[in-house]
Amino acid sequence: MSHPENATVFLKDKARAKWHDETLWIVREKRDATIHQIPEWEKLRELASQIKDHTLSKLDFYLEELEKNATANGIKVHWAENAEEHNRIVAKILEEKNCKAIVKSKSILTEECHLNPYLEERGIEVVDTDLGERIIQFLKQPPSHIVMPAIHLKKSDISDIFHEKLHTEKGNVDPVYLTHAARLHLREKFLQAKVAITGVNFAVAETGEFVVCTNEGNADMGVHLADTHIACMGIEKLIPRRKDLSVFLRLLARSATGQSITNYNSHFRSPSPGKELHLILVNNGRTKQLGREKFRNSLKCIRCGACMNTCPIYRRSGGFSYGSTVPGPIGSILSPGIDLKKFSTLPFASTLCGSCSDVCPVKINIHEQLYEWRQEITKANGSSLKGLSMKMANGIFKSPLAYRISGKMMRASLKNLPDSIIYNPLNTWGKGRDLPDLPEESFKAWYKKNRP
Amino acid sequence: MSSKESILAAIKGLKLEEKPLPDIPDFEIASDLVDSFSLSLKANKGTVASKEEIEKLISETEFLKIYSASPVFEQYSNCQVPEHPADFADLDLAIIEGQSASAENAAIWLDESNLALRALPFIAAHLVIVIRKENILGNMHQAYDRIGLAKSGFGIFIAGPSKTADIEQSLVVGAHGAMSLRVVIL
Repeated sequence: MSHPENATVFLKDKARAKWHDETLWIVREKRDATIHQIPEWEKLRELASQIKDHTLSKLDFYLEELEKNATANGIKVHWAENAEEHNRIVAKILEEKNCKAIVKSKSILTEECHLNPYLEERGIEVVDTDLGERIIQFLKQPPSHIVMPAIHLKKSDISDIFHEKLHTEKGNVDPVYLTHAARLHLREKFLQAKVAITGVNFAVAETGEFVVCTNEGNADMGVHLADTHIACMGIEKLIPRRKDLSVFLRLLARSATGQSITNYNSHFRSPSPGKELHLILVNNGRTKQLGREKFRNSLKCIRCGACMNTCPIYRRSGGFSYGSTVPGPIGSILSPGIDLKKFSTLPFASTLCGSCSDVCPVKINIHEQLYEWRQEITKANGSSLKGLSMKMANGIFKSPLAYRISGKMMRASLKNLPDSIIYNPLNTWGKGRDLPDLPEESFKAWYKKNRP
Repeated sequence: MSSKESILAAIKGLKLEEKPLPDIPDFEIASDLVDSFSLSLKANKGTVASKEEIEKLISETEFLKIYSASPVFEQYSNCQVPEHPADFADLDLAIIEGQSASAENAAIWLDESNLALRALPFIAAHLVIVIRKENILGNMHQAYDRIGLAKSGFGIFIAGPSKTADIEQSLVVGAHGAMSLRVVIL
């Protein structure tokens, strides 16, 4: 399925699509309001970008530093070349612990590695404990957003699934009531779990520690009650110094939801006495992306989701339309690096308006990379229909005469263009859109007549 | 070749040119730090309370189980730290001390030395953190400067109660952890 085909499915429910669009825009506005309180915001973005650039330029050194310091702290460090090896490492630890049920807090990496189905096939119950993730787990859906995994759902949907799974009152859609029901249900799971899995927001090479940020406190509830904590991180989550966290923690929540910080920011450095702490460092294609000069700095991403909230395409097509673990603009530059063919439509799911790059807290040039991927994909596919029309447009804009003539032709032809062409299945752009009313004359003609 | 070796070899093979690591400069901070902290805490859905207000809360609420790791409220502690954290599942109120805080976002730093049990601030139904006025700093840079490289197995910035907006973006306080956070500034 391509992005346009998937987006069509999302857009069938017009009211819901409108709600989705507006809700994400509100989150974008919250982000704007909070960053305007920080005069040094742009400086912080620059610092974050430079710290990540530096780290990526010496990633091998910092990974070894991290391993050395974490090991000295009593953390067991594992290395995984790919998703399958990551899953194998997790399964092996669970087997050693004779563990049949785990609690897991939000981790996009474990989604990327498809850890849940891997463990479930081996008879292990996986309970996602972030409220949004639990909701979509009940519905057997993937997250549609990396920060707000259930943003595509309405409270009536959640009420229905909770009625079925948690026996809440039918038709009660009160978010407080529903959240409380989930609290009771998940508390039971926390109290029973022997092994807890978390993701990692940042790992610090200098101290051998890692940081996990949540608002719900679910990561902490999981790991402090369990005997074994397994943390899974992509190798790009590294930063050199502890004080670098000050820059990233100022940027992350403000960019994500407009909060000044997440309510829980936990620094794990060594296990509690008698307990175990594992850290799995996962590559899964990241060293390849590091080798692609044009796309290297996509690895700076701190997974705040700001580019999704601002993207006119994401807001109007929904997270599922991308068909990738990380959707939206950042997903559209990360995914083609993993599978160019499968994700070939994603870099085209953009107007190249650049809003994603403007809000990115680590200054990734997302829209430029989208454009670069288009070149790569066109090269790989030969010239596509869309590519051809782009080239024609390019020629027209280059020549003033061609531009004048084509403008007259366009005005004449657009008026008479039958809907069958605009709304032709080949023209996916026409879906959900109308052409603007055309002026009777061009600006140039009007100016000639009316100039003083 | 082990995965560690192959990952490191792949990176080394790229022979990337080293980019500079920037220094983090000082930034301007709020003039009234207590005021700024209080505003930030409110935005995070926490509240500032006086010592007397906490004492009143304890006397007026039927908290069956209270644990205080803070000497300030020691006399209200009525239970021992259990061997297994799950035995604190019915803890009504936990009172702990914070080491320092950042006014810009009300993030309060504390580590294992302030917690009898790592699970304490999460498993309790309600949480009180005591912080000294002179330990309220301006921003996160100052907070990390204060922490330095101090070693603790577990450290955390707590900035509010447990909360979620995962159901249609409606904010609900009390998702999994503490359903309220009150901060006493001494």
